[in-house]
Amino acid sequence: MKTEIAGIKPEITRQIKFDLLRDMLRIRRFEEKSAELYSLGKIRGFLHLYIGEEAIAVGAMRVLKPEDSIVATYREHGHALARGISMGSVMAEMFGKENGCSRGRGGSMHLFDAALKFYGGYAIVGGGLPIAVGLALAARMQKTNSVTACFFGDGAVAEGEFHESMNLAGLWQLPVVFLCENNLYAMGTALDRHQSQTNIAKKAESYGIKSETVDGMDVLAVEEATGKAIELVRATSRPYLIEYRTYRFRAHSMYDAELYRNKDEVELWKTRCPINGLIASMKEDGILNDHDLSEIESSIALEINQAVEYAEAGKWEPLEDLTKFVYTETLNFEL
Amino acid sequence: MNSQITYREAIRLSLREALQNDARVFLMGEDVGRYGGAYACSKGLLDEFGPDRVRDTPLSESVIVGAGIGAALGGMRPIVEVMTVNFSLLALDQVVNNAATLRHMSGGQFSIPLVVRMATGGGRQLAAQHSHSLECWYAHIPGIKVLTPATVNDARWMLPAALKDPDPVFIFEHAMLYPMEGDLDQLQGPADISKAALRREGSDITLITYGGSLFKTLEAADILSKDGIRAEVIDLRILRPLDTETIIESVSRTHRAVIIDEGWRTGSFAAEISAQIMEKAFDQLDYPVARVCSEEVPMPYAKHLEDAALPQPERIVKASREMF
Ligand SMILES: Cc1ncc(C[n+]2csc(CCOP(=O)(O)OP(=O)(O)O)c2C)c(N)n1
Ligand SMILES: [Mg+2]
Repeated sequence: MKTEIAGIKPEITRQIKFDLLRDMLRIRRFEEKSAELYSLGKIRGFLHLYIGEEAIAVGAMRVLKPEDSIVATYREHGHALARGISMGSVMAEMFGKENGCSRGRGGSMHLFDAALKFYGGYAIVGGGLPIAVGLALAARMQKTNSVTACFFGDGAVAEGEFHESMNLAGLWQLPVVFLCENNLYAMGTALDRHQSQTNIAKKAESYGIKSETVDGMDVLAVEEATGKAIELVRATSRPYLIEYRTYRFRAHSMYDAELYRNKDEVELWKTRCPINGLIASMKEDGILNDHDLSEIESSIALEINQAVEYAEAGKWEPLEDLTKFVYTETLNFEL
Repeated sequence: MNSQITYREAIRLSLREALQNDARVFLMGEDVGRYGGAYACSKGLLDEFGPDRVRDTPLSESVIVGAGIGAALGGMRPIVEVMTVNFSLLALDQVVNNAATLRHMSGGQFSIPLVVRMATGGGRQLAAQHSHSLECWYAHIPGIKVLTPATVNDARWMLPAALKDPDPVFIFEHAMLYPMEGDLDQLQGPADISKAALRREGSDITLITYGGSLFKTLEAADILSKDGIRAEVIDLRILRPLDTETIIESVSRTHRAVIIDEGWRTGSFAAEISAQIMEKAFDQLDYPVARVCSEEVPMPYAKHLEDAALPQPERIVKASREMF
């Protein structure tokens, strides 16, 4: 696990690590609360937890700028929170309330925030990649300096849309960074049971796209590698692919009996928990104590309580509005 | 000011105008550039506007349409040409799951000002994989709009209207129409894309159609007039959102309706029109609604079989005469 941040003073390093830890714990506790609320029936539909993979969204989001665009999957609560969508509006969305970030029309798998350029949670595996390529194309044609970050799982790599998107982004040299969260499973199908070439980073080569594999359980490694990749994309307007090696600690969704993997494997990966890892190394460096940790925990607990209250207080959209948001109501777009 | 031009030329004029008027507009698709478009609609545009605005793409229907959606989200006004409806099936995920849903799923945060054009229809002996008429599938989907220009004027003036629309618009151009000549009103301006059009007035029967079947239907109306049957012909122009008012108004005067639709009969767009008439004008009918659709067979290659599979003026005439 990385402990140094190159070229940065120790006191700043401490602050950065504190922030990273806090951001990861925030997601972890939020997800735990979501699972609890799911069993209480407050949240319904599909719920995919990000527990175990927090280092990726947290590390990557920190190096993206406000003008950058983000495309994510249905396992995107962590990305939404790390990007800055409030906990309350994500929770309210999962409750199906009008004060949710998608007014209760999307639910857990479809979080959006136009102002934060969070272009959504896509629940058709691979379906977000072409959109990300298009956002990057728009940025390029408008000569802006923005980069599009596209998150997807290892399962998406088997879809034609992955290959079409890689090819077009490589061919047209578009400023998009493909961020593959390889958690070794697509639902119950292990990587080596769905890929002829299990080294995903290597696939980028055939599209003329630079790539690398990064330890997705190490938030500092994620931040550093992703930061470099994004600045390279920004400077050269060429795509890049990162394969993060990670693992989901929980079931695929709330309906999964986990028949496809054994407990030892899960326990082994849990020893590499990105949060515990960072805590241990910070303690070892003497920059974190139990008191600090409990302060972080209690502020997160407060935020979560407030988020749940916000969601509880939200209104159900009136039935009269059922068919709203299908078409734009005010026409005459400026041509 | 009127002039005679082909449907293809009308589309080219509209594309050129769009590229000239708005720097955000660009055209992308398979062979739209150097080749000039599979149907030559974009011939000359690459030279005029350059490769940044007239983009040849790889054979990747899904990413072409998906990148169109993304570019529209990112502030551009893309016109995507999918060579034909037959190939658009490889992009259906992007259409159904993204183009049509993003506005709604995001609680109204995003508009997708995307235009997708494609050729449709049979009649050129291209056999079972190149002769589909699947507009009906698209018309099934809330969140997108479906236009079917049948005249030169609509070919010319629907595109600017589609580009003004903040939501995704799909334009189906029947492949048999490209070489057809017709009257162009050069000064008209963007078409009204909310209303069906009466292409011929009549009082005895309403013939309802769209796209490539319009001219066959007008021919049938001519034949019927020789028998003293005055047929009214409605060109739907827009399949979604559907202008049922014009249909119901006409059927309420003529009391008879035949729907002509190149889609397969089962689950056809004609079935939808028929249901609308039953729901809204049942009492007005003197005779059960009839449909002239394609036969339930993959399109055969042999000319005589293909002709028999598609709606033809004779079949329209026969279905109409039976009502008197
Ligand atoms: C096109 C498509 N096929 C199947 C599914 C059902 N499905 C949902 S998630 C999933 C696994 C995806 O795995 P991966 O991309 O690795 O993401 P992860 O869930 O591991 O984060 C499958 C098969 C889907 N949503 N979309
Ligand atoms: Mg996976």
